Amino acid sequence: MWALFVARNFEFIRDRAGFGWNILFPFLIVAGFGVIFSSDSSSEFKMGVFPVNPDKMNVKALKIPEKLKTDGYIKLVPFETYDEAIDKLLHHKIDILLEDKGPKLRYWISDSSPKGWVMEKVAKEAIIPEDMFASRVIKQQIKGEQIRYIDWLFPGILGMNIMFSSLFGVGYVIVKYRRNGVLKRLKATPVTAFEYLTAQMISRVMILLSTSFLVWFGCDLLFSFKMQGSYFDAFVIFLAGTICLVSLGLIIACRGTNEELTNGIINFICWPMMFLSEVWFSIEGTSAWVKSIAKMLPLTHFLSAIRKIINDGATLSQVSSEIVILLAMSLIFLSIGSIFFSWTR
Amino acid sequence: MSNKSNIIEVRNLKKKYNNNTAVDGVCLSIFTGSCFGLLGPNGAGKTTTVEMMENIIPQDSGDIFYKQGIRDKTFNQEIGIQFQHTELLAYLTVEETLRTFASFYNKHLPVEEIISLCMLENIKKRLNNKISGGQRQRLLLGLSFLNDPDLIFLDEPTTGLDPQARKHIWEIIRNMNKKGKTFILTTHYMEEAQSLCDTIAIMDKGCIIEQGSPESLIDKHCKGMDCPWNLESVFLKLTGKSLKE
Repeated sequence: MWALFVARNFEFIRDRAGFGWNILFPFLIVAGFGVIFSSDSSSEFKMGVFPVNPDKMNVKALKIPEKLKTDGYIKLVPFETYDEAIDKLLHHKIDILLEDKGPKLRYWISDSSPKGWVMEKVAKEAIIPEDMFASRVIKQQIKGEQIRYIDWLFPGILGMNIMFSSLFGVGYVIVKYRRNGVLKRLKATPVTAFEYLTAQMISRVMILLSTSFLVWFGCDLLFSFKMQGSYFDAFVIFLAGTICLVSLGLIIACRGTNEELTNGIINFICWPMMFLSEVWFSIEGTSAWVKSIAKMLPLTHFLSAIRKIINDGATLSQVSSEIVILLAMSLIFLSIGSIFFSWTR
Repeated sequence: MSNKSNIIEVRNLKKKYNNNTAVDGVCLSIFTGSCFGLLGPNGAGKTTTVEMMENIIPQDSGDIFYKQGIRDKTFNQEIGIQFQHTELLAYLTVEETLRTFASFYNKHLPVEEIISLCMLENIKKRLNNKISGGQRQRLLLGLSFLNDPDLIFLDEPTTGLDPQARKHIWEIIRNMNKKGKTFILTTHYMEEAQSLCDTIAIMDKGCIIEQGSPESLIDKHCKGMDCPWNLESVFLKLTGKSLKE
């Protein structure tokens, strides 16, 4: 088993293109998002204004309410003509369109755009003096450190990378070995399926934890992630999550010799998992059935636990339910993968 | 009844793939220390027969006895196999590949001895994906000898090799055979079978249609015929001259 473990590690490390990509890919994603979300792009809404020369736009000189000019969540987009601007609104490239012509505020929104509906309220509120609210509302602000989007996103990116590497690095690779006869050659030796699969699994788990550490270290130098919990707890969750996802890879690997079909199956599993498990955004507020499906996915529990530790400072006992689910799923996946494993087609 | 000198014996072996009969009632007895050649046109069932004997694929029916008994866990420790189509782990060197495979066995020959026997010294540090076809065949042959097996299966061991590489592999097989190792080989090269094998079986349509020593087969089928006095004439006479696939 040790020899197979070492051999698989050599295979991974010496394949420089694959090895490099496994580290570079998550690093580039995190770095890219870090740059995007640390610049002025905190704007959530796009407000078109016409007629304004885009090259000579002077925000101060615009005849729109002052509040709209200085709101950090609104990006002003100038257009020279009405036709050009309304086309962008129709295609949801902007959320609202204002005419730069006082004194009455004239605006256009799309009925089918939820953001447009919100922006209409914002635009109307902008023309009401601030003191009108004073006696009617009480503003409360959250105290303490707030979680940056990049801090929330980072565990998701690492989890996504582990998911792709587990499924492709185990599922796809073993199917390839079965097709080109490597597994058949091993079957002719005293090596057992248990020994082979265990070696593959340990190798992949070790490689993924090492590369995740490298990516974390590199990204941390750039973005100084806020770690609220313990590094040991995070390691335990990474270990449990990686074992679970590698075990899922073993199910894909247990049969089949068609690499293209395997590729399709892996993508079919990965893409819904990526969106439903909240790698990029929260599914809070979606239908109950969507949340039910999400709960069946291992990445959901992995990311839920790791975010609780990294972002909220939770301890292992506070994420024990996720750990139990991940271990139970690992056991089920491993059993299915081992029972149905075949050396040959 | 099993002959005590048989290393492997096959009785009424059958295998079907969907509705196609690949092997249809094959019976074989292979003596310890012999070099047994299994010949036949493409699709005759040679590889399927050999892979059932190797315990790589299960038979639908029939019996296989190894050293007069059923094949148990020790079978894989005592046999060597070279498959027709096998890739190796691309990013291991030749030497690492041999050492990795050696570790699978309870006992094995020194890796250096295999490197020397199969003339792999010059390429032992080279990655498997950087070696030529002939070098790869020599490495695969070396892997089949690693555990100092009693019985060695070679499925078309010299296909695609140049004459020099082929002659070299013949030499290795002859030397090992002289040391008492038993070989079962399939080949499409009649010259190879005639040169190496002491017993030949010819298969067609899943059945053994003729069996004997190369000399006896030539004598039986070429006598009085207007054909070259060799195994190829025997093969063509028995399996026909038309294309089989």
